[in-house]
Amino acid sequence: MKISIRGARGSIPTTNPATTHYGGDTSCVLVSEKDCMLVLDGGSGMQRLNLSQDTGIKKIDILLTHLHLDHIQGLGFFSPLFDPSFDVHIWGPAANTTSLHARLSRYLSPPLFPVLLRDLPCQLTLHEIDNSSFEIGHFHIHSRYIIHPGSTLGFRITGRRSTFTYIPDHEPALGVMNAMNDKKWISGIDLAANAELLLHDAQYTAQEYKNHLGWGHSSMEDAIKFASLAGVKHLLLSHHDPSRTDEQLDALIADLKKQNDLSFSFEPAAEGMNIELA
Amino acid sequence: MPAYEIEIILSRQLADCLSMPVFLTDTTGNLIFYNEPAEEILGTRFAESGEMKVEAWSTMFQQQDEEGNLLQPEELPLVRTLRDQYPYHKTFCIRSLKGRAEKISVTSYPIIGRTGKFLGAVAIFWSAKDL
Repeated sequence: MKISIRGARGSIPTTNPATTHYGGDTSCVLVSEKDCMLVLDGGSGMQRLNLSQDTGIKKIDILLTHLHLDHIQGLGFFSPLFDPSFDVHIWGPAANTTSLHARLSRYLSPPLFPVLLRDLPCQLTLHEIDNSSFEIGHFHIHSRYIIHPGSTLGFRITGRRSTFTYIPDHEPALGVMNAMNDKKWISGIDLAANAELLLHDAQYTAQEYKNHLGWGHSSMEDAIKFASLAGVKHLLLSHHDPSRTDEQLDALIADLKKQNDLSFSFEPAAEGMNIELA
Repeated sequence: MPAYEIEIILSRQLADCLSMPVFLTDTTGNLIFYNEPAEEILGTRFAESGEMKVEAWSTMFQQQDEEGNLLQPEELPLVRTLRDQYPYHKTFCIRSLKGRAEKISVTSYPIIGRTGKFLGAVAIFWSAKDL
């Protein structure tokens, strides 16, 4: 299974020269294995996924964790949506009162966007999912609601030999911190259990998190603790704060590595990073 | 054991912040969390007892009406909520195993999650002197 990071910035794209290493595009990850391909989230990193020229693939499955703007703003600039030869499937979280189509249409309609969702030329199919298990090609996917404002999912994707867990926006530490040691009280822990790779929200430092309780994001320390409890083998810290420079992030990670003697490796997710899972 | 649904996790977190006693049960009535004020009612600490089966916690106190008649379990708000997934409220007296009697009001409500599934129930207790 190949994981390709196309956007790891949180909240809003950055164009700051000081963020070029880890990148300024918001959440988007390409997962591929053999002839199967998934796009996770449609952040601004999606705009440079030029699949029609790269691969000859004509069916695209896009899995959306939630519909905050930094996870869907790339949809309007994703070329397969405007190509009638493409069969595009968007899998997104179900909500109590409004359909996925209606919620996506809030963005893909005037005045925010000139083209209506229903007028996109591709063959579009929407799938509403919740605590679901489903197959796409040979990928087995488990989705589960996790703690983040609004209807938000995490994904556990199992390929032929490995598992990748994707939880880019998540605040498992909200509230009862001492319950973090009891796994059944931890949001999302089943999704990440023993995964070969976990990509997890790590927007804040522990100090910054104190001023952002309930905003739906994690500190780097809590992301590491979550990964440790889940028994993952490799952790990618993601959803980098838009104000965080590469230099600052490197310094924070170096400190965390000094403080933590862990059985797994961790590093910040970087735009352009490719990871091959055995 | 798989993790609880986030609606249950967040209900525990809310209960942990409240000054009113709160019980949180699963769909079968097992007490999966009670907060610090509720420890007074049960006479035990959650940190010590952990989760309790319904047959264990339901015998830790007796319920009586205001005339002192024993109340059947099926008359209690939490039991009714677990049975039919509606909210209920009732004022009655409890006597703990330590012999302390107290008049309380209880409000119970079901936790129906995002998927529309019944996930558990909450009971909130008020001492009648606060009413």
